Amino acid sequence: MRDRTLWTWHIGAGLVILVLLGLHMTIMHLNATLGLVGVGSDEPIAWENVAARAGSIFFTVTYVLLLGAALFHGFYGFRNILMELSPGRTLRTIINVGLSLVGVALFVFGTWAALAAPGAASMGG
Amino acid sequence: MTDAAVKQVTFHVRRFEPGVDRAPHWESHAIPLTPGMTVLDGLWKLKELSAPSLAWRSSCRMGICGSCGMLINGRPRLACNTQISELGTDVVAVAPLPNFAIIKDLVPDLRPMFETHRELMPYLIRDDVAEQDDPTLEYWQSPHELEHYLQFSYCIKCGCCMAACPTVATDPQYAGPMPLGQAQRYNTDSRDGGFAERKEVLSGGSGPWRCHFAGECSQVCPKGVDPAKAIQLMKRELVSDLLRMRKRRDPAPVVQPPKGPRREEIPAAPPRTAGEA
Amino acid sequence: MASRAHPNRLGIKGWVAGGRWGFARYMYTLHRLTGLGLLAYFVMHIFVTSTRAIGPESWEQAMEIVSGPLFAFGEYLVFAAFVFHALNGIRLGAIELGFAVGVPIEPVYPYETSVGRTQRLAKAVLMIAFVVAVWGGLDFFIWK
Ligand code: SF4
Ligand code: SF4
Ligand code: FES
Repeated sequence: MRDRTLWTWHIGAGLVILVLLGLHMTIMHLNATLGLVGVGSDEPIAWENVAARAGSIFFTVTYVLLLGAALFHGFYGFRNILMELSPGRTLRTIINVGLSLVGVALFVFGTWAALAAPGAASMGG
Repeated sequence: MTDAAVKQVTFHVRRFEPGVDRAPHWESHAIPLTPGMTVLDGLWKLKELSAPSLAWRSSCRMGICGSCGMLINGRPRLACNTQISELGTDVVAVAPLPNFAIIKDLVPDLRPMFETHRELMPYLIRDDVAEQDDPTLEYWQSPHELEHYLQFSYCIKCGCCMAACPTVATDPQYAGPMPLGQAQRYNTDSRDGGFAERKEVLSGGSGPWRCHFAGECSQVCPKGVDPAKAIQLMKRELVSDLLRMRKRRDPAPVVQPPKGPRREEIPAAPPRTAGEA
Repeated sequence: MASRAHPNRLGIKGWVAGGRWGFARYMYTLHRLTGLGLLAYFVMHIFVTSTRAIGPESWEQAMEIVSGPLFAFGEYLVFAAFVFHALNGIRLGAIELGFAVGVPIEPVYPYETSVGRTQRLAKAVLMIAFVVAVWGGLDFFIWK
């Protein structure tokens, strides 16, 4: 794919991340602040809360979406840096193929985790 | 010279003699500073007094020809456009423009930049070849349309921007601010119809996607061309074209001949001096 | 004829040898560094949080490993990096899509450039990022 297309997706993915990761960060880390307005939990990483989120369609869908967007955005940015180090022809191919493979593998793995989590949650109660 | 010297200034010049030196080295000379002396004047003085073999490129000595770009106290500038007094120090360090190979002393090899420039087709691309080769009238363009590219057309191809750009510093494949700025200059010219052709090159890995708005090119440009602006506007055009949101326009037509009475006895044009009749 | 010219490309030195010229260069460098840091963290994060798919024990175990002041501080750095990267990303998006750079103008000395034009934006980004990062710091360490 040409750089123009990739770059456009990069910007689009950035936008998705902005919204979803902003939400994620707020829920996970600004829990004290959220507590002030009476939403959110004090222990977002406690198992029952993790399990509750894993069971929700909304969280599962946004996790997978965020996973894909962030992987693409991150790996494209990384590729930018590598490409600007002016690698040779072969190295370029290796970078392109390598980064794509790693990205897809991580996406599959993360998606599996998001889809398998509800089962684990019901198992552990 | 009637001007008396104000003080002595020290010039550090980076010298390189091909075939003799293995690597460039610094050399220091003191010269008398006279009022109004530019770095270029200083180099001439230096050549006259103590370094007769010093080589650099210059021509117009008025910021028009783009020959004298060099690294002056760490910043790419035109030697002829830089007053020594404005540097605010008595030490002037002059080196060849980085990111270009050194031919000799302060002479950079600008050829790669010009080759890329040419690859991006810096000329009007139109179908009416006959009219272009042998104009009968002029192409219609409003003052407003002129403003879309006028700023970018002030570029003198000095290469200062290329020397400042962090991407050019590592990536020889990146077209760089000068050629990209010029491609945008023609892309936005209402008389041009070459967007589709330039797009083929610009959408690839050497195009504006390698620019991350470090802004250096615009900071150093001695002509206020603002190549960084041109490049971002170019990305907008290319992306909106990808999303099929770009407005299509046809290249401007030739103006209609004026109606009404014309002046009689219009003097004939002088004979052609170039091309076939 | 083989060129006898001496190569003079700055190389990777040219990436960081900034600050001599301008503001936007610092933002560029910081954006790259935070980006690399975030990517590294993110890959790690995928593995750590995937333990939830196995069950509560492995989740608790993973959380055990990544608890402690050192990890808390590291996480805070990630948070701060994200805040900067996100806000600067908005700035870059606005600029690189040609919205914040202005239209071509007649270059009259002293030249006004798109870099100068967008400097207010850059300062706003830094300021908001700083405020949010401090706020997040309070949330991370004090209010817990
Ligand atoms: S854009 Fe400016 S710095 Fe670059 S070549 Fe043209 S005049 Fe020189
Ligand atoms: S704005 Fe773009 S082209 Fe100009 S110096 Fe920065 S990276 Fe290079
Ligand atoms: S000598 Fe022509 S631009 Fe300096």
